[in-house]
Amino acid sequence: MHRIIEKEQLSAEVFRFKVEAPNIARERKAGQFIILQMGGDYNERIPLTIADADPEEGTITLIFQAVGESTHRLALLNVGDSIANLLGPLGKPTHIENFGRCVCVGGGIGVAPLYPIVKALKAAGNQVKVIIGARNKGLIIMEEEMRKAADELIVVTDDGSYGRKALVTEPLKELCSTWAPNLAVAIGPPIMMKFCALATKEFGVKTVVSLNTIMIDGTGMCGGCRVSIDGQTKFVCVDGPEFDGHQVDWNNMLTRLGTYKSQEAMAHHRCHIDLNIEEGKA
Amino acid sequence: MSEKSREVLEEEAKALLKDSYTAKERASLPVQPMPSQDPKQRIHNMDEVALGYTDSQALLEANRCLNCKNKPCVEGCPVGIDIPAFIHHITQRDIKAAGDEIAKASLLPAICGRVCPQENQCQLYCTVGKMHKDIDQSVSIGRLERYVADTLAKENEQSVAKIAPPTGKKVCVVGSGPASIAAAADLCKAGHKVTMFEALHKGGGVLVYGIPEFRLPKAIVARELAKLTAMGVDIQTNFLVGRTRSIKELMEKDGYDAVFVGSGAGLPKFMGIDGENLVGVLSANEFLTRSNLMKAYDHEHALTPMPQISKVAVFGGGNVAMDAARTALRLGAQKVSVIYRRSENELPARKEEVGHAKEEGVEFLLLHNPSRIIADESGHVKGVELLTCELGEPDASGRRSPVEIPGSETFYEYDTVIVAIGNNSNPLIKMTTEGIETTRKGTFVVNPDTNETTLKGVWAGGDIVLGAATVILAMGQGRKAAKAMNEYLAK
Ligand SMILES: Cc1cc2nc3c(=O)[nH]c(=O)nc-3n(C[C@H](O)[C@H](O)[C@H](O)COP(=O)(O)OP(=O)(O)OC[C@H]3O[C@@H](n4cnc5c(N)ncnc54)[C@H](O)[C@@H]3O)c2cc1C
Ligand code: FES
Repeated sequence: MHRIIEKEQLSAEVFRFKVEAPNIARERKAGQFIILQMGGDYNERIPLTIADADPEEGTITLIFQAVGESTHRLALLNVGDSIANLLGPLGKPTHIENFGRCVCVGGGIGVAPLYPIVKALKAAGNQVKVIIGARNKGLIIMEEEMRKAADELIVVTDDGSYGRKALVTEPLKELCSTWAPNLAVAIGPPIMMKFCALATKEFGVKTVVSLNTIMIDGTGMCGGCRVSIDGQTKFVCVDGPEFDGHQVDWNNMLTRLGTYKSQEAMAHHRCHIDLNIEEGKA
Repeated sequence: MSEKSREVLEEEAKALLKDSYTAKERASLPVQPMPSQDPKQRIHNMDEVALGYTDSQALLEANRCLNCKNKPCVEGCPVGIDIPAFIHHITQRDIKAAGDEIAKASLLPAICGRVCPQENQCQLYCTVGKMHKDIDQSVSIGRLERYVADTLAKENEQSVAKIAPPTGKKVCVVGSGPASIAAAADLCKAGHKVTMFEALHKGGGVLVYGIPEFRLPKAIVARELAKLTAMGVDIQTNFLVGRTRSIKELMEKDGYDAVFVGSGAGLPKFMGIDGENLVGVLSANEFLTRSNLMKAYDHEHALTPMPQISKVAVFGGGNVAMDAARTALRLGAQKVSVIYRRSENELPARKEEVGHAKEEGVEFLLLHNPSRIIADESGHVKGVELLTCELGEPDASGRRSPVEIPGSETFYEYDTVIVAIGNNSNPLIKMTTEGIETTRKGTFVVNPDTNETTLKGVWAGGDIVLGAATVILAMGQGRKAAKAMNEYLAK
């Protein structure tokens, strides 16, 4: 059992939990993730990235968006409640070395897993510029932490309600042409990562992306997480989650992500009724 | 398999029961059919299909055994159960003694009685079957084994394991499938402190996530795990050895004196044909895990979604393929085809399961091999292209190998494809442990006498050594390794 010791609502639908998980806190490295299951026979297994960890305290920080029925239920837990099952750390850690100049792009909730990577890149001696973006001001998360960790932080919103009114790809292209980064890291919604990879490709900047596919076990047993990388099938949970963004078959990945759309739409509707959340708000 | 109800079968068997039989009478006793759920009903539920012998059926079937002096059946049993001896105890109505006899060799009779491929093992060698020149006439050893285990469980009559005084040694087993269950039990009995690490949130391995409820009720597996806990084994779920902790750290930092790896063959194979990553193509592991482990067959309660399936193609002809096909029917598929490249004789699945699948309406497209999977505009499966095959010369496995007929490509309409062509070994432990040697196929290299790996202090058994094999072989290997580990730890 993993007790929740801190809970914070970062925006309308984004939550931060600090959870007791000493084994995971001890072993995890930047880029890795966990799978969570809220006990019982019927709950789903949900992959979530690890935003931070404190090995001394034995805790990890999870940041998640309440998008489906399961994450909505998770969001209803409070400090003192426990999460029955937490497996991790999963996936290969980010490959960290001194590349020189790195640009890191985080979209929406993707800013959370980006944070430990930014810190690790900094610690390895890189110069790191960070771009974070969201649909609107309310959805920008971890701005302060990022400002502290990065050499420079650029904030953009789709609607211009905060920072610059732009998509993350705009400042990314500018940096590629004016600053010539040696590495780009992009984490966020798949469509954002796809366009970041397209943007950097023009400039020949190697781009690492972290894929968030459908998963069940997270141990390489089911193959539900498979993607096509440079024409080869890879399992995101064991071979990834990070891959060369220029080699990902984005269209296939995006289609596969839509596999359960109709079922999920129904479940989403159901949970809004169950949890009494006003339709359209969360 | 029988259309008669359990009650009728009990009456019929009872009518034939006598205190003693002449050899001739014995030889003419009818094989007792397994009482089963009606196929038309059972495809609408997940309950067990085979209902188990009634008391009189078991007695009668046990009396069919000739109690041969040379015991040919025992040779066919991978763990060497003294089959005639336990069956003799049934004829004496001493089920407890029958159970004790089985327990000398097998730890999991309720499971093996249900899932062993008996027709290739004990029952293949049975004299009664040979006498009739028909293996279907062999004594139903597996069904009797199950009867003994279930009867004792019902009466709560299982012998409690004796545990030696604590040795002060700490060991761990990786995984919680049959290999690890067997190893943990024998290590615990020797007085060692045993921890079991399982990656998933529930123990049992393939017995829980792979084999469906209708063939192996999960309560039976839970019972075996509860026995381990009662003996003092600490079962830690959500612990992925190699990621949560490496084997080296477990031994050097956490003080484990020896490790048993029973991590199974959990890496689904794909065919490498066009279209395998389309929406609507799943590995059997994914399909079965969603249904069994995550209970997605229960739409009302489960949060894990299931694909909406209607016309399902299952690639492969083993137990995994049968389980996937029959699960698909139960999830409401209108049409399910098993597509296998050889002929019926070569189907690797248990014969009984092939029979069950046919009764339930699964179609068998034999001598067909998929060449590609075809998508509609939205990237979803709309069908498969199959090539017709002929049987050629026998290959290394001794089975006649299929030869594709050029130009025989034909399109068949399906909306779902389940790939069930087998599993390779999961590479995670190999990837994260220096010193463990593997074969070309990725299975661990072990000393055949002890099952010790190439890394000192580490043993392995089950599918991680044998490749995708069977429950009984996994259990046997777990016990063999535990014996060697106990000797090593006593030094
Ligand atoms: C669908 C299906 C049907 C089958 N039907 C039959 C049948 O009818 N009869 C029969 O005899 N056999 C059958 N088999 C085969 C049989 O189930 C296997 O041979 C047997 O379960 C192997 O046992 P095992 O203990 O080696 O491993 P498994 O049962 O595979 O268990 C391995 C366990 O280890 C865990 N694990 C893996 N890696 C790690 C790690 N790094 N850290 C922690 N835990 C880990 C896994 O999560 C899993 O729970 C079937 C298999 C399948 C898939
Ligand atoms: S999530 Fe099952 S193999 Fe990756």
